[in-house]
Amino acid sequence: MTGEQDLQYTAEHEWVDADGDTATVGITAYAAARLGDIVYVELPGVGDEVVAGSVVGELESTKSVGELYAPVTGVVTEVNDDVASSPEVVNSDPFGAGWLLRVRITETPELLDHAAYQQLTGEA
Amino acid sequence: MSDPEHRDPERRRSPLHEVHAAAGATFTEFAGWSMPLKYGSELAEHAAVRSAAGLFDLSHMGEIVVLGPEAADALDAALLGEASAMETGRAKYTLMLNAEGGVVDDLVLYRTGPDRFLVVANAANRELVASELRSRAIGFQAEVQDESDDIGLIALQGPRSLEVMTEVGGFSADQDERTEQRFVELITGLRNYRFLAAWYLGHPVLVARTGYTGEIGYELYVAPGLLPELWNALLETGRGSGVLPVGLAARDTLRLEAGMPLYGNELTALTRPQQAGLGRLVRPEKSADYVGRRSVESFDPAGHRILVGLVSEGRRAGRHGYAVRAGDDVVGEVTSGALSPSLGHPIAMAYIDPDAISRDLAIDVRGTALPARVVPLPFFTRPDRKA
Repeated sequence: MTGEQDLQYTAEHEWVDADGDTATVGITAYAAARLGDIVYVELPGVGDEVVAGSVVGELESTKSVGELYAPVTGVVTEVNDDVASSPEVVNSDPFGAGWLLRVRITETPELLDHAAYQQLTGEA
Repeated sequence: MSDPEHRDPERRRSPLHEVHAAAGATFTEFAGWSMPLKYGSELAEHAAVRSAAGLFDLSHMGEIVVLGPEAADALDAALLGEASAMETGRAKYTLMLNAEGGVVDDLVLYRTGPDRFLVVANAANRELVASELRSRAIGFQAEVQDESDDIGLIALQGPRSLEVMTEVGGFSADQDERTEQRFVELITGLRNYRFLAAWYLGHPVLVARTGYTGEIGYELYVAPGLLPELWNALLETGRGSGVLPVGLAARDTLRLEAGMPLYGNELTALTRPQQAGLGRLVRPEKSADYVGRRSVESFDPAGHRILVGLVSEGRRAGRHGYAVRAGDDVVGEVTSGALSPSLGHPIAMAYIDPDAISRDLAIDVRGTALPARVVPLPFFTRPDRKA
């Protein structure tokens, strides 16, 4: 498990943990807290091709809907089925058990490092 | 993820703002105010109100006092309800209409004396309601005073709210006997839509059995300066019973489950009371003429959309503005919707064409047709109220 300092981030509040050609993707604690108690998560299917910057899923709280953007381009190799049955895990452990999907990367756009992401959210 | 947060330094703040900030509240903009959206988990706050009690800051609401020998007559002419038929100590849910019979605001009216009423308006409509009351009171011996800045409001709602109110201490009854024991007797016997003029630490407080959650509960009108002390005392007393402070997120899901309209969603200047399921508020036996009377009494609901409750399966909810379809036809629109925290399935209020009620309906959830069934409102009734 990579520490938060070593993850990469998008301006849309996804985090990316790249290990070789595989990226694990989730949403940040900041995003989860802003959204509120998450009650429904929709994720892409295994085998789906995703393009960096495109909408690939949704997270719903009682109050609002947040879109999940693919932070990298590639093919979905795995999705976290646990968050479909227990969406609250995204709130309680967004960087760990609340991960959302794994992607075999074909292309990675420029991502933010931890310091740049903290600056973006005003938590630096 | 997209970030819906906006920041605006011009927002008004509640006298309890620092108390909320210290409790870790997340704030949201509401009708020009910065109010707590939630303190921790909005689902936990919702559940606390259903199982124990929750404490709400409603400082944003408008409090308008109408007083004078003809205050009741002025309100009879200004509002749909009949103020002159109310006894002192009673509260009434009513509407202010425009000349076309549309809803200017939904209000709670308290008769605080023979010549005195308190009108509680939605935050966004405070100025409009006050100015309409002033112009509609012309010709009557009645004065309209917007006292919103001098009257604070918090609400304690939930099955354990009475227990907390009787245990908190500091309250006394506004009777010959200004004792705490008398207060406990009076509040214990207080029925729905009645209120008590009482005292808290020597300051006047209006304790009303009214609310917006579908639970037993109390709304407390006091001087704004007294709010922090009263707020902290109620939370401290209720802590062991599971009482939590509750933000606007849970307030919205609670009122939605209770089938209560929200102005701006279910009620607008174009909505007739009969469309919103509020036809019972139109009373032909009322003697006084009032603004909108002719329009509202002659309104023919045939061909006009009506408010219904919709339930669905799964966990995806229809939300404000989503279309309701019957096959390929758009037959209505969702005004409020959420995954019901108490019931565990999606609920929504929607205006639909009356002839579509018996058709197979679906809510268009961002391109996916979610089958929905019409049910009577409210969605949730507290267990001791069920027949």
